[in-house]
Order: sequence, then C-alpha cells, then structure tokens
Amino acid sequence: MSRSTSVWRQTRRIWAIAKKDIRIYYSKGPVVIFGILFPVFLFLAFFIGRNLPLEFMMPGLLAMVVFFTATAISPAVAPWEAQARTLERLMSCPVTFSAIVLGDIMGSFVFGVTISLVLVVISLVIGIATLTQLPLLVLAVILAALCFSSLGLIFSAAPTSLPSTTMMLSSMVKFPLIFISGIFIPLTELPVWGQVVAYISPVTYFTDIARHCIQNTGHLAMGVDFIALVAFTVLFLLLAMKLHQKTMPRRI
Amino acid sequence: MPDKVSVDGAAIEVRNLTKRYNDLLAVDDISFEVKSGEFFGFLGPNGAGKTTTVRMLTGVIKADSGSALVMRSRAGSLEAKQVTGVVPEMSNAYLDLSGWGNLMLMGELYSVPARKARERGCSLLQELGLLDRKNSLVREYSKGMRQRLILCMALISDPELLFLDEPNSGLDVQSARLIRKLLQKLNAAGKTIFLTTHDMDEANQLCDRVAIISGGRIAAIDAPQKLRLATSSMHSVEVSFADAVSADVLNGLPGVTQVAKLGDKYRLYTADPGDLVVSLVDRCCSCGLKIVSINTQAPSLEDAFVALVSKGGR
Repeated sequence: MSRSTSVWRQTRRIWAIAKKDIRIYYSKGPVVIFGILFPVFLFLAFFIGRNLPLEFMMPGLLAMVVFFTATAISPAVAPWEAQARTLERLMSCPVTFSAIVLGDIMGSFVFGVTISLVLVVISLVIGIATLTQLPLLVLAVILAALCFSSLGLIFSAAPTSLPSTTMMLSSMVKFPLIFISGIFIPLTELPVWGQVVAYISPVTYFTDIARHCIQNTGHLAMGVDFIALVAFTVLFLLLAMKLHQKTMPRRI
Repeated sequence: MPDKVSVDGAAIEVRNLTKRYNDLLAVDDISFEVKSGEFFGFLGPNGAGKTTTVRMLTGVIKADSGSALVMRSRAGSLEAKQVTGVVPEMSNAYLDLSGWGNLMLMGELYSVPARKARERGCSLLQELGLLDRKNSLVREYSKGMRQRLILCMALISDPELLFLDEPNSGLDVQSARLIRKLLQKLNAAGKTIFLTTHDMDEANQLCDRVAIISGGRIAAIDAPQKLRLATSSMHSVEVSFADAVSADVLNGLPGVTQVAKLGDKYRLYTADPGDLVVSLVDRCCSCGLKIVSINTQAPSLEDAFVALVSKGGR
C-alpha cells in the first residue's frame, strides 16, 4: 500500500470516528449542559442589568460559546468509550492512535464550529458584525474551535473510565481561563500582571480577534492573535496525541 | 522489526512474547505457531494470560519483549489489523447506534466499499438472525443479540484471521450454538480462527489444536484428542450403587489414584480401568453391594486441562 493511499484511508477513518462521535455524543446531557446552556447562562448572569453595549458583549459571548462548545465533547469521549467497553474494539481496527485522537477532536470541532457560526449569523442579522469582517471572524472561529477541542482532549488523557472525572478536571481549568481571557474585562483595562496572566490563555487571542472584527478595537495586533492561536493549536494537538498514545492502552 | 516478514504457512507466529503489569508477569516468554486455516483454541483458567496474549496479538497493547507476526505482518501493524477480525472479551457495540449503524461504522474503519459493506452486512445479519432488528438501537438488544452483532462487526471486512476472546461466555444456548455453527462454517471456508475459551466442550468440538496456558506460560499444545490421551492416569470408572455406599469402601482398591463423588455416582480415577473393573466387582460381591451401573471413561479434555494446569500452575 502506497503512503498516499494509507494517508487517504486514515483520513477517511478519522471522519468515520468523528461521525460516530457526532451521532452518539451530541445529544448527551453533559454535552448540552456544559456546551450550550452553561455559557449562555454565564453570559446572562454577568451582563444582564449592566447596560453594556451589544458590540462589547458579543465578542465575549462568542468566545465563551466557541470555548465551551469545542471543549464539551472531547474531554468525555475517551472515558465514555472506556466505560461503554467500545474502546478495545476501536483500538483493534486498522486505525492509528493519531487517527482515533484526531477523529475525537474533529467530532468536538464540528460541534464547536456549528454552534458558534449560528451566533456569527445572528450577529450579522442584527447588524453587529458586517460582511467585510466575516471571513476573518469565521477563520478565527474555525481555528479557535480546533485549538479548544485539542485542549479538551488533553483533559481526558488521564486513563480513567469515569467521564465525570475528566469533566471535573476540564471545568477546573476552563472556568479560570474564562475570567482571565478579556471576556468580561477587556485586556486594555487589566493591570499589567493581569495582562501577563491573560497571555497564557488561548481564549484571550480569540476574544481579541473577535473584538477587532466586531468592535473595531483590540489589544494586540490581529496577526499576533492568529499566530498565537496557531501555536497553541499545534502544541495542544501534539500534546493530545502524545498523551493519548501513552494512556489509551491503560484504559482497557 | 520490519512490518513484513514472510513465514510460509503460519497465520500467527509468536516468539518469546512477554508482558508484565508492574509486579505481575501476565505472559511469560510464550512461543507458538498457528497454521493458516487452523481452528486454534487458547485455553486457560481466569487470569492465566489469555486476554493479555490476544490483546498483544491484536495490537491493543504492546509486548514488553518478544515478537509476534500476524498474517506475515508485525502484530499490531495496520497491515495485520486490516486482515484480522476481532471479537474482544467484554467488548460492546455502540449502544446509541443501531445494529446497522455499528456494522457500517466497522465497514468504514476497515475501508470496505460502501456497497460491499451493505451487501455483506445484510447477509451476516440474516445468517445470525438479526436482520429484522437491524434498525433498532443496540441498547434494546439482548446479550446474545449483542454478541452476535459483535461477531458480524468482526466479519464485515471478510478477514482472513479471526480472534475471538470468550465469544460464548454467558450466552444463551441458541446464540452460542448459532455462533459455533458460523465459526465452523468460516473455518471450513479456509479462515484461520484463534479462539480463547475456558469451555472444554467448545474447544473439544471446534478446535484442531489447543494451547493450554497457565500462570502466563504455555503448559501444552496439541490436538484435543492427543492431550486427553497424554493424561493416561486420568482414565476413570464411574459406578453407581442401589444403596448408599461410603467412599471408604472404594478407597483401598488397587490402582485407584482418586475417588470423586458425583451426585449419586462415584468416579474412580486409574491408569488401568480394565483391572479396576474386575477388582471393583470382586469388592462389591464380598461386601454385598449391588451395582446399578458401571462405565469406563477415557480422560476428557477437562481432565487433561486440570492436570496440566495444576502441574504448570505457579
């Protein structure tokens, strides 16, 4: 079998795994609660009654939706598979470890992109975003969804078969990130130490791009935001693959 | 080790395979071969290392040392997995997908062309009595139906070699019989089958050869019949009496190695059943005991298994 045939076959198998995740996990309770309801309620709790302009609120809401939806499925798939005893079946198929990991990332990514793009369309319809900003905003949503789903998979690297354990772990990391990423307080208004902390969060860079596109204002140059997001994506992807390759056999 | 190595006639070739979990030596330097087209049984008590061996051969876990070739490719390589079907122990199909959805997923993961997967899927479901339930979610299936579906999933790619880890464990008689019948048919069609089981009758009925593993080591490999004959001291005479009889009456008989009470019968183990029958009848006459039935029995595979496992146990 030539290398190109092998790569093509693995790519199709990645998509098969992603489709399986989409059909099985999108309607699971924790995914709907942590992926959709939670960011909406958090947004409402923070912004209602504060009389803030919609242009300021929308980038924050979009950042929360991309972040929460893209990390809703990926932390739970591996433990769910281990608990349902379907993982060994999958591992004995002619699929590489990387393909299994990428398939799970893809399933989470599609969920994140789809829900987030609904919000982008709503922003267009109500006139907050404009068509000229659209390509960059969509590109940022796609990149951020890939970055966050890869991060989500890192949360599930611990070889447990309890989805609640990885969900708890992911929540412990996700909530602090939301508060340091310029969603509720723009980066420009943060003290220097706050800005330094913000730079370690990948959500910061997406929020900044969203503010550029929707508010016409941002803290960093948009090119820097994109480079940072790409760098985080590559780092998380490689780390997720490496960790799962090590821990996946220990789940069965 | 290169991914492709030519070994004529061997579907599986295992050399000095070892796997350790912390302090536990699960598989200890085992070597064996399975010929192409062979129905090979892998027997052993719980915790003997059967599942660990299968997992190493199917690429789910890595061996600590040693090597294994599966269909002339390194065990665990994509080439080996592509031509192998697996029914793992304690495995499940996706409960939130239909039986058909599970089958088509496997078809995609093995790159079976969609049309071929549909045709083969229908034929397999038909054969295993699941066609009319193909669109039901697997969570609505009984245990027997799930296990039959898992076998269909393993066969969707028409593999040359099939690994089955305790496929009939805990199944109803009908499902177990259906699975056995299909396995015999597949083997007759030239498929190599590697079956782990602790059901001696199943191994005896199905397998050309069996390996007995105990404490992580191979205790014996041979045809079931030869293994039975090898344990000649396990011949027995089964006798039942009209009235209750104490085992003490039978214990002193010449050549008896063991007396076991089985319900209303006694089984006397010996290397020479002919002589034992004569001395048993003499003893009964002298003690005034009335024999209802008396049978001589060659050792069963279970007897051979118990003897070999207790000899090889650590």
